[in-house]
Amino acid sequence: MFELLGIPPQALFGQLLLGLINGAFYAMLSLGLAVIFGMLNVINFTHGAQYMMGAFAAWLMLTILDIPFWVALVLAPIVVGLFGVVLEKVMLKRIYHLDHLYGFLLTFGLALVIEGLFQWKWGSSGAPYPSPIPGGTNLGFMFLPTYRGFVVVAALVICLVTWYGIERTRLGAYLRAATENPTLVRAFGINVPRLITLTYGLGVGLAALAGVLAAPIQQVSALMGTNLVLVVFAVVVIGGMGSIMGSIVTGFGLGLVEGLTKVFYPPASNTVIFVVMAIVLLVKPAGLFGQTK
Amino acid sequence: MPWCRKSRQSSKPMSVPVMAEALLKAPLLKVDGLQAWYGESHILHGVDFEIGHGELVTLLGRNGAGKTTTLKSVMGIVEKRSGSVTFEGRQLVGHPSNEIARLGIAYCPEERGIFSSLNVEENLLLPPVVKPGGMSLAEIYQLFPNLEERKRSQGTKLSGGEQQMLAIGRILRTGAPLLLLDEPTEGLAPVIVQRIGEIIRELKSRGFTILLVEQNFHFAATVADRHYVMEDGRVVDMIASADVQQNIGKLQAYLGV
Ligand SMILES: Nc1ncnc2c1ncn2[C@@H]1O[C@H](COP(=O)(O)OP(=O)(O)OP(=O)(O)O)[C@@H](O)[C@H]1O
Ligand SMILES: [Mg+2]
Repeated sequence: MFELLGIPPQALFGQLLLGLINGAFYAMLSLGLAVIFGMLNVINFTHGAQYMMGAFAAWLMLTILDIPFWVALVLAPIVVGLFGVVLEKVMLKRIYHLDHLYGFLLTFGLALVIEGLFQWKWGSSGAPYPSPIPGGTNLGFMFLPTYRGFVVVAALVICLVTWYGIERTRLGAYLRAATENPTLVRAFGINVPRLITLTYGLGVGLAALAGVLAAPIQQVSALMGTNLVLVVFAVVVIGGMGSIMGSIVTGFGLGLVEGLTKVFYPPASNTVIFVVMAIVLLVKPAGLFGQTK
Repeated sequence: MPWCRKSRQSSKPMSVPVMAEALLKAPLLKVDGLQAWYGESHILHGVDFEIGHGELVTLLGRNGAGKTTTLKSVMGIVEKRSGSVTFEGRQLVGHPSNEIARLGIAYCPEERGIFSSLNVEENLLLPPVVKPGGMSLAEIYQLFPNLEERKRSQGTKLSGGEQQMLAIGRILRTGAPLLLLDEPTEGLAPVIVQRIGEIIRELKSRGFTILLVEQNFHFAATVADRHYVMEDGRVVDMIASADVQQNIGKLQAYLGV
């Protein structure tokens, strides 16, 4: 047994792992927000509710239909993503030409309605979701629950696949170009309205996927997305709206910062991200990775 | 009587080659009484002109005459429009720009529209192929060697002339037979203007039909077959390139040069 700055390694690495896991969720969620904002010019305040819907979808699939976690991991994001597609076609589509404020009000209102409905039907105490990979490994300096390790790796893979899809593929080139100049991209023959719907569906699906991954770690409850999404918005502000790699790096980075704060100065751990946000806003208002247009 | 039989034959339905010939003689693009609005401001007040297959026609006119608006209305980028625009006999008014592009019209905007989040090659590959028979990437690089050298650079890092070449090169892959080019020489050095002139002539010789908006009348005269003159949202005159010398005074008055 060794000690680091008077901190037992069990505590240090335990908190770092926790930070990494939180960071994984920050990254996945801020990634979806960044993609949606780039294309729709809407800050999707429904993101937390859609994350919660992913977790609920998985839980309902398990308890009612006996659908195992690994199937739900694919199915739930598709179902919630389709819900997003409908939302875009029926509601969001109508407000693109208006001020950002309308997008904020609409998506914020929708989040309240959705969370309210889930709370009314299933209460707010939450239900447990059994871990699909129980057990863990003793690494000597700490105990690593297998599922948590899996979540960190899965989140990294999801983030990198999304990054690759946007930065390195033809569809991604359409997305980037349409983010810059939708009129011209459309005049080249690309159905931009459909591309926008697809983007929202994918962004929402990504939030739901994070929700499914979170289900075995957290309680599945109607309000599980509310607090998380506040932190995620701070992450997005720090990273800079619209940068894909920025969202990923900032997400994981801030998770670690939060974890370290819990080790060295626990009282600040809940606020440290907002402190960082304030500092970044003062020094670099466009965010660490954001470009000013 | 032999001519009698002949005339009776012609009243029968047209054979396929005759029909194809008739289509070729009909204008590729015909604009009739086109009006257009930006919100409440009425910009085009009835624009009429046509372009035959393989022709190179310019739209001339002073600043604000409505040349860009005409291209954007043909393309469907300006959505509030009335009148008639037919391409290969099909009505375009009422259709969104993505459908119009798919019929075979490609647009090179005045502001060039190079995407900064895409590198040069991604910019080139962005517009989807809408018809077979477009140029290959290799052919485009042959026409614009500078672009190949800088294919990994960010699109907007190129010089103005290179960006213009990229904006033109990008629409040659699509296979669209009709190109709408909005002031491709604007703000470029004389050598580059000359190079763009060569490229436009090369495109015409490859069979492209081109509608070219120009302020630079001397440049336009060297490449085009005919010129339409616009004033205050209308086409007010048409002058063939062969007649330009006789009409030079009139043209200078139109363009205020
Ligand atoms: N987005 C817009 N909203 C409102 N009015 C516009 C808009 N774009 C152009 N106009 C107006 O429409 C008229 C025609 O403009 P247009 O751009 O078609 O002219 P142009 O002939 O292309 O001129 P230039 O040679 O300067 O490019 C001008 O009076 C211009 O002020
Ligand atoms: Mg113009």
